[in-house]
This record gives sequence, structure tokens and C-alpha cells, in this order.
Amino acid sequence: MSGNDLTQLGFYLLVLLLCVKPLGNYMASVLEGRRTSTLERGLYRLAGVNPDQGMTWKVYAAAFLAFNALGVLAVYSILRLQHLLPLNPQGFGALEPHTALNIAISFATNTNWQNYGGESTLSYFTQMVGLTVQNFVSAASGLAVVAALARGLASKNSESIGNFWADLVRGTLYILLPLSAILAIFLVSQGVIQNLDGYVPVADSKRVLPMGPAASQVAIKQLGTNGGGFFNVNSAHPFENPTALSNFFQVLSILLIPAALCVTFGRMVNDNRQGWALLAAMVLIFVPLLLIEAQVEVGNMEGKEVRFGTTNSALWAVATTAASNGSVNAMHDSFTPIGGLIPMFLMQLGEVVFGGVGSGLYGMVVFAIIAVFLAGLMVGRTPEYLGKKIEAFEMKMASIAILVPPVCVLLGTAISVVTPMGLSGLQDRGAHGFSEILYAFSSMGNNNGSAFGGYGANNPLVNLTGGVAMFFARYWVAWPVLAIAGSLARKKTVPVGPGTLPTHTPLFVGLLVGAVLIVGVLAFIPALALGPIVEALQ
Amino acid sequence: MSKSARFDPHIVRGALMDSVRKLDPRHQAKNPVMFVVLVGSVFTTVLGLQALTGRGEAPAPFILGISLWLWFTVLFGNFAEAMAEGRGKAQADTLRKSRRDVNAKRLDEPRYGSSYTTVSGALLHKGDVVVVETGEFIPMDGEIIEGAASVDESAITGESAPVIRESGGDRSSVTGGTRVLSDWLVIRVTAEAGESFLERMIAMVEGAKRQKTPNEIALNILLAALTIVFLMATATLLPFSIFAVNEAGKGQPVTVTVLVALLVCLIPTTIGALLSAIGIAGMDRMLQANVLAMSGRAVEAAGDVDVLLLDKTGTITLGNRQATAFVPADGVSETQLADAAQLASLADETPEGRSVVILAKEKFQIRERDLHQLGAHFVPFTARTRMSGVDLDGRQIRKGAADSIEAYVTSLGGSFPTGVRQAVESIARQGGTPLVVAEGNRVLGVIHLKDIVKGGIKERFAELRRAGIKTIMITGDNPLTAAAIAAEAGVDDFLAEATPERKLQLIRERQAEGRLVAMTGDGTNDAPALAQADVAVAMNTGTQAAKEAGNMVDLDSNPTKLIEIVQIGKQMLMTRGALTTFSTANDVAKYFAIIPAAFATTYPQLSALNVMHLASPESAILSAVIFNALIIVALIPLALRGIQYRPVSAADLLQRHLLIYGAGGVLLPFAGIKVIDMILAGLGWV
Repeated sequence: MSGNDLTQLGFYLLVLLLCVKPLGNYMASVLEGRRTSTLERGLYRLAGVNPDQGMTWKVYAAAFLAFNALGVLAVYSILRLQHLLPLNPQGFGALEPHTALNIAISFATNTNWQNYGGESTLSYFTQMVGLTVQNFVSAASGLAVVAALARGLASKNSESIGNFWADLVRGTLYILLPLSAILAIFLVSQGVIQNLDGYVPVADSKRVLPMGPAASQVAIKQLGTNGGGFFNVNSAHPFENPTALSNFFQVLSILLIPAALCVTFGRMVNDNRQGWALLAAMVLIFVPLLLIEAQVEVGNMEGKEVRFGTTNSALWAVATTAASNGSVNAMHDSFTPIGGLIPMFLMQLGEVVFGGVGSGLYGMVVFAIIAVFLAGLMVGRTPEYLGKKIEAFEMKMASIAILVPPVCVLLGTAISVVTPMGLSGLQDRGAHGFSEILYAFSSMGNNNGSAFGGYGANNPLVNLTGGVAMFFARYWVAWPVLAIAGSLARKKTVPVGPGTLPTHTPLFVGLLVGAVLIVGVLAFIPALALGPIVEALQ
Repeated sequence: MSKSARFDPHIVRGALMDSVRKLDPRHQAKNPVMFVVLVGSVFTTVLGLQALTGRGEAPAPFILGISLWLWFTVLFGNFAEAMAEGRGKAQADTLRKSRRDVNAKRLDEPRYGSSYTTVSGALLHKGDVVVVETGEFIPMDGEIIEGAASVDESAITGESAPVIRESGGDRSSVTGGTRVLSDWLVIRVTAEAGESFLERMIAMVEGAKRQKTPNEIALNILLAALTIVFLMATATLLPFSIFAVNEAGKGQPVTVTVLVALLVCLIPTTIGALLSAIGIAGMDRMLQANVLAMSGRAVEAAGDVDVLLLDKTGTITLGNRQATAFVPADGVSETQLADAAQLASLADETPEGRSVVILAKEKFQIRERDLHQLGAHFVPFTARTRMSGVDLDGRQIRKGAADSIEAYVTSLGGSFPTGVRQAVESIARQGGTPLVVAEGNRVLGVIHLKDIVKGGIKERFAELRRAGIKTIMITGDNPLTAAAIAAEAGVDDFLAEATPERKLQLIRERQAEGRLVAMTGDGTNDAPALAQADVAVAMNTGTQAAKEAGNMVDLDSNPTKLIEIVQIGKQMLMTRGALTTFSTANDVAKYFAIIPAAFATTYPQLSALNVMHLASPESAILSAVIFNALIIVALIPLALRGIQYRPVSAADLLQRHLLIYGAGGVLLPFAGIKVIDMILAGLGWV
């Protein structure tokens, strides 16, 4: 890597870290309900919701699941009825049931795994009313869950972990919408298209230039860690990501909210140091992997855009998989073996290194609970995190949350590699072929949505196994997290003393990083050995 | 209770037998990790037998070799548990001998001398009244309602010196199975057959009633989750390797034997095998400290205690105050005062009185005199006068509290000098008890009686403070005195003029703050506080009510034991945590051994990961399995003994244990597996 490359990476990190504190504090004020507006109050009146009414974790979880189920149903219906709906200048037809189901789950779960090409399959109505809406509310759902968890940790002897509807509305109204509006307008200034025109024929050829409301969807796709591209090649497409500047702000947006949420969390649990410690753990895993990625990709321009070069493609690849974003500005399938391994591994870590909006942080807190449990035992004391005793119920829920994603990934991959239908879409053979399938399920089983490429996954088998993986990876993690929040809210807070293990020190950060890495490594080393590791050793 | 060594050959022999007995799947099913190993052992045995018929997936010796070591893994785990139980079982046998069925003399009327019927002790019920006379065994736990006797309690406490038990007060409880050595007792039975202290004690040491503690349950959940992750990681390797073989067009898919071997190596067998042994050994260590914990939960809670309530007398200070100085009144010499004080104390057999005589001798060489020879008349302490003293040769010497002496001298026409009054106040401020001496209507001066803080106790409290435990001294003294002693002993806080109600209130307040409170107690009036405390240690000499309210009984009746109990609780948790970390950290090396070996035929380039340069794929896999089994045996002593407790801050302790068990756990198996591989290769077995 040249000095220039390092400077670019350093500049990126610097800007990101500078944004974290102001945005984090702002989001805390939103999630604590300290901001309000006539619009917000009007929405509650319309829906008949009392935003101050606390919910027990079970009610909260039921509201969260019901709302998400409605989202799946809505997207599925739009996809199946696409030919009857407006704003369809190209006259695209309805989608197959299995394809539609996969897309519906994918967008409701904040995965944005795409088994279709946007410009050749979906109408503007579908993109805007179906997918973009989910981009907002799936991210807001993640925000809501992490806010509930923070409240559970902060409150004492309380049954309530907040009101889901209020969290959902506030997150959308005051965080996601304003940031997306700013980013979308900026992207338009860089040349990202935003229109409802029909596709434009190119003179003297049969080709057309696809059109559409791209900017409004691209902005939230990055900020909401959704990642679903308007066009098939995602942010490698010049209409989605035309310039170096648009690239910089998009890749910044990928990590912006997940990183700033750490600060929000610290504020909400009344101990800023706790938030910084979680952020430090994320950065500690992120930076070394980023440097390796950028180094191994030096000189490998296959599948990369000339306007971005290798370093910015490597940065994007690491950021998009560290966060559960999944958008791409280069084709990961063409990366070097190690260059492909790192994004895959980042997803396999459970999407906790930044991770999705909300989901990344609550995943990291689950790891912190596991780390605190082990550390507590090692110092001879019933473990406690932020003054809350971690007991059998919390461990049970934390274990489920840690367990579900790897099981989804490994089982999904296993089913695909031994069934003819699972193998039917495979482009490459051998170890690289295995990497393609493993990558696909690592992506779906951790709600990332990033595609390695080279694996045509639009068949009933992969659509269903992938749909199930995405569903479980999202809800079977969020639900135990809410259960933890509810259980912790009920507990009293143990005062801090010299016998308390501090959870904001470098030692604990190290332990947390160790816990995340060791679970990821132990679960996936055998599979990685047969894919990218073999490739690298060839 | 008789003590036996941990590795007594008798116990080891019994444990070896038990390890085989514990192969019962119903027993193994309680421990998910070891159950997986058992299933793996059975499975590979079947595969090995199949291979013997010539249709195996791999050579029979290899499969059977793996299988053999998997069986060993299960057996070693069983052995650890049996070893932990061993000493308790031996003790239970001894105890059972004291649980003889004796005949009891059931009184028709609850008074000594009433007529009685002789019935079997087993037929006694709560509320029955019995009489026990010299040489007879006490048939059942009870409360003395009449009489006093010396009782041999060695069967329970292991202490051979007899103890006095009498009706009324704090020494009125007796335990079934102990023997009256002299005199007689009338006892009201307080327990039904099968629920006596001795019965509970037997059940406890045998581990029959052992339930998993909350923390153990939480850890088991984590271990089960890890097991499932590894089950997935290994089970999916079969389809993965079938794909790889198809694609590469060479080699064979990984065998089920290798997958089972890999699975067993990866799942946390080290902690899984030793987990119950650690818990049993923790209870056992309590027992060795002569503390009988009524549940494992109490032992575990002891490790979490953040507040210790300690009685001043006996725990923080020596039981008795001692005279440390004579402060004469104006115009009186110190020797004069000492002489009078000694005379007044000669007949006073209380420890305080003795200490005055000793101080007079040490400081002024005033020798002891015989009161009878002097023709003196001793005036004993009474509640009315609140003074004691001596009348001789017309001299009337008295000592007592300042206000009593003041009343006394005033009534004789004397006055109380201001200098003495100042001295009295000054002594009280320093935490001492002033004892004023007067002769006739003249006040001679003050004796400074002082609470003597036990040697080394201040350092002990400082250690506890570093470990995050606060100490609160409980005393009936006035706040001024209490504050001075508290400062000298280095406790964090004190409760002066303590009453049972205030004690209870203090515990509730601390608990409301989220703290875990431990205390000791012996009297009936301690019972409510004992019942409220999280860890409540009742003295065995205490009343039945106190013993029932507590969740531990200290057979030595030593209040300082609380500190030891906290350490044992911590040790138990630390040992579990350290071995879990160690067990998981071990997996890194095992991957490096097994992954290249398992796929050697399909992807020979993976041999680059064979960093240990193990001789062959077979020896690599076998070495990992053998290491995995042997490490259990190697760690049995640690599991039984527990990790040494150090009174340092949580962060320091974590750092230390992460280094030893985390980093050590990563590195050690590389060396261990390599050595085993070299031995296997050297012997030509693989």
C-alpha cells in the first residue's frame, strides 16, 4: 500500500470517529424521547398509540414481530401483484412465489440479499413503496431493539423496556429520514439519478439506460445498513455511485449509525465509558482486517471500478461486511482468496463489528454478556454487566442469540453443496465454488445481504433455505435480546465496588474482542479451510 | 468429623469402581458435554467392530484406538467426580455410625423426675420430651428445658473436649447422636426422624442432595451452546468434504470416526468432565473447614458477598477487655492506685478482674495476696450496686462504672474530682472502658480497660477491602467506644448499640442497595437477622433457632470463619471460569492438528497448517484425542483443590487468570500434542 492509500484509510476513520460523538448524543436524545413534534404526536393519535405507555418485553417483542410480519406480507403482496400496480414503465410482471418470499424476508430483516436484478425485475412502485419503506422500518426496528436493551440495563425493578411504536416512529422520523434526505440530495449533486422516467434507449444499439428513483433508495440503503442496490451491480453502477466523493460519503454512511450507536448506548446506560469500550472493541477488529484487505488487493483490479481503485474497493468490502450492509462497489468474487476470506469472516463473526443499525450493537452486547460471564467466574463472583447480575436466564438467551447465526450458515451451506438444485447456479468449481456458496449463506445467515457473486441463487431451494436463514438470524437473535432486556430491567442494580469487574477498561475490551474472534474462528475454521484457505494455499 | 487425605488409596480405589458405574447413560445425560462423548464412544466402537469385519471406513486399529481414548475421556470425567465425592462418602460412613438407634426415655410430664416410657428414638416426634442421663446418647435434636450437663459432641464436630449444655440462654440446643457425659438433661424434641441435623449432614456430605447451583446451571447452558456450535461445525464437514472430493476428483470424504474425534476434541470436555467435581469439591472444602453448608447455593453466594457483618467480641477483639493503664487522681500515686485496684480485683474471677491483677504485677511488681490470710471480705458485683470490691482492715475499696462510684462516694460525703471525670471521658473516647476505683469516700483514679483487637485482623480487613468486601462491626458498645475500636481494627463501618432489630434493619438496607450480606450468629435473637442475610453462618454452639435460620453451620463455632467461607465460595467460581477458558482456548491447537489431517487426501496443500509437523494424519488425530483425555486427569487435582484465592482487585485477578488459563490454554496443547505424537511415532503405533 502506498502512503496515499494509508492516508485515505486514515482520513476515513478520522472522519467516522469525529462524527460518532455528536450523532451518538443526538440519537440518545431521540431514543430517550427528548425530541418531539406535531407530526409525531399526530401519528400517535392516528394510530391510537400512547407513546408513554411502557411495554413488558413480551409485549414489546410481540409488537416488533407483528410489525415485521406485516412488512413481509406487504412486500410479498407488492411483488406478486407488481403487474397490476402503477409506476411500472417497463411493464415488469409478477415475481415467482419463492423469489418474492425471499425478497420480502430479505428486506424486512434488514438483510437485502438480492436474488434479482433491480433494473430488470422491479417496478419503481415496488422499489419505492415495497423496498425503500422496509429499508427505513427494518433499520428503525433494529434501533428500537437496541434502545429497549439499553433501557433494560439502565432501569431498576421495572417491568417496562419502553414502547416499541414510539421507538419505531422516533428512529424513523428524527434519525433515518433527515440523514437520508441530506445524503440523497448530496448524491443527486454528484450525479446519482432520481426520476420516474422510462428507460432511455441508447442510439444505434438495442441497449437501454435504466432510469428510476435511485438516490432516495441509495441513501437509506447505506445509512440503514440495508445494502440492497437499486441496480443489479449495486454501488459499482455509475448511476448509484458516480464519483469518488459519492463513494466516500456512501462508505462513511455504512458505518456511521452503527458506530455512533455505541455512544448512544453509553449515554442511555448512564456510563459513556461503556459505549466507548464497545466501539473500541469494534475498531480493534475492524482496523487490522481493513489493513490486510487493502494490502492483499493491491494490484488486483479484476472486478473493480477504475474510478475507485483497489484501496477504496477494499475499504468498501470491509465496511459493508463489518456492518451488515452488503452493498458493493466491486465484485468480491474476483478478490484474492484472502481478500474474499476477510469479508466472509466479518459476516461470520455474527455482524457485531459495527453490524446492522441496532442489531450490530445488541449483538455486541450479547457477546459482552458472554465475556462478562466468563470473566466473572474467573474472578470468583457472580458476573454482572452494568450492575446487572448475569444469571441462567440471560445466559440461555445469550446462547441462543450467539448460536442461531452459525447454525443457519453452516446448515444452509451444507444443504446447498450436496443437492443438485443447490449446486445448479454455481459458476466456479472446486474450492472457489465452495467459497461462493459459503459466502452466500454467511451473508444471509447473518442478515448482511452482500453477494460474493458467482452463485446464481434464484431457485426454490436456495430461496427457501436462505429465507429461513435470514428469518431466524434476525428474529431468533432480536427476540432473545428483548428477553434479556426484560429480565435485566426487572433486576436491581448492584453498586460498583472494587470487587466489580470494570467493563470499560482495555483489559475487558481485549477480552471482548477475544470472545468475538474465538467464537467466530472456532465455528468457521473448518469451513473456511475448505474454501478460501485452500485457495490461498494453492 | 474425621478427616482423610484427598488421595487416600481407599478413596482412589472406590473412585475407580465408581467411574465405571457412572457410565450409566442416565447419569451421563445430566451433563450434555460428556453425554456427547459417551455417544461418540459407543458410535466409534460400533464402527471399529464393523471395521474388524473388513467393511470399515478406516483401518480397525485406528478406529478402535480413537474409540478407546474416547471411552477413557468419559471414564476420566467420571473418575474426577467420584474422587470429589470420595472423601464425603468416607465421612458419611463415619457419621452414619453415630446415627445409632437408641432407646429414648419419653417423659409423661415435661419435668425431671416424671415417669417415663422407653421408646425407640426413631419413634419420637416433635414436641416429645425426653430425659437423657449420664452415659446415654441424645436420641434426637432438641432444646434443653431443664438441667445442665457436659456433652460429648465429637461425632459431629470432631472436637473431643466435652461442652456444657444447659437450659435457657444460648447453649440450650443439643444434637441427636451426641452423648451426655455427666448429669442429666430434659429435652424437648425439635425435629422429626429423618430430618435431624445428623441426617441432613450425612445427605450433605454424600452429595445426595446436591443440586446444581445457579451459576453452574448458567455455565452448563453456555457449554451446551458451545457443544451445539461444534456439533454443527463438525457435522457439516461431511457434506463439505463430499463436495470437495467431487470437485477435486481425488481423496476420500472425511470419515465419521475423524469427525467424532474432532467433535470430542472441540467441545469443552475439560470443563465438562470436571464441572461437577469442582462443585462437589467446593462443598467438601467447606466441610474440611468444619462448616456445614445447607446448600451449594449458599456456598456459591458466599463468593459474591460484599458486606460482612462481624460481631466485635470474639471476632474482631479478643473475647475480653484487659486493663492497660492506671490513671490516678490528683494527689494519688500510680502505685497507690494499682495497689488498691489489685486488692479490689483479687477475688474477682472475671477476665477483666484478672487482667487488673496482672497489670499491677507487671507494672509495679505488686504480688498477688491471699485474701483469706488478710482477713478480707469480698464484696461481689450486684446489679443494684453495680460495683465490686473488698473490705479489709476497715478499708473499703470499690471499683465500678463512673456513675456508680460517684453515687457511692457522694453518699459517704465525698466528691468526684474533675480530673478523674476528664480521665473517664478521655478513656471512653479512645474506645476503652473506664473503671473507677475508690477507697471510702475518696476517688483514687481510673483503670483503663481496653478491648484488644486481634493481631493481624486489620491486615485481613484490608485484604477484604481490596477484594471488594466491606466489613461492618456489630457491637453493643456506645457509639464513641465503637468508633474508636472500629478505627483501630480497620473496619469500614460499625453498628453501635446494636439490637436484633437494628441488625435486621441494617441487613435489609444493604440488601436494598443490591449488596449481598453475610453474617454469623448464635443466639435466638440473631435468628431473624440470620434468616434475612444471604449467607448466614450459625455457630454450632448456638441455639436451635439460630441453626435453623442460617444456611451454614460452623461446627467450630469460630466467627472469624466467615472470611474463609467467602474465599471458598470464590475459589469454586474461579476454578470453573479458569477451566472453561482453558478448555476453549485448547481448541485452537486441536484445529491445527486435525484439520490438515482430516483433508490430507483431498487438499494436500492444507498440510501447510500442520505447524506442529505431526508424523501422520492418523497420529495427529489420535494425539489430539489422547491429549484431550489426559488433560482431564492432569487437571483433577486443580479441580479438587480449587484455584488459589488472592485478595486482589477483580481486574488484576482477571488479567492473571487470562494469562495463565487463556494464553496458557492456547499454547500448552501445541506442546502436549506434539509430545504425544512423538511418543506414538516412536513406538511405531501409527
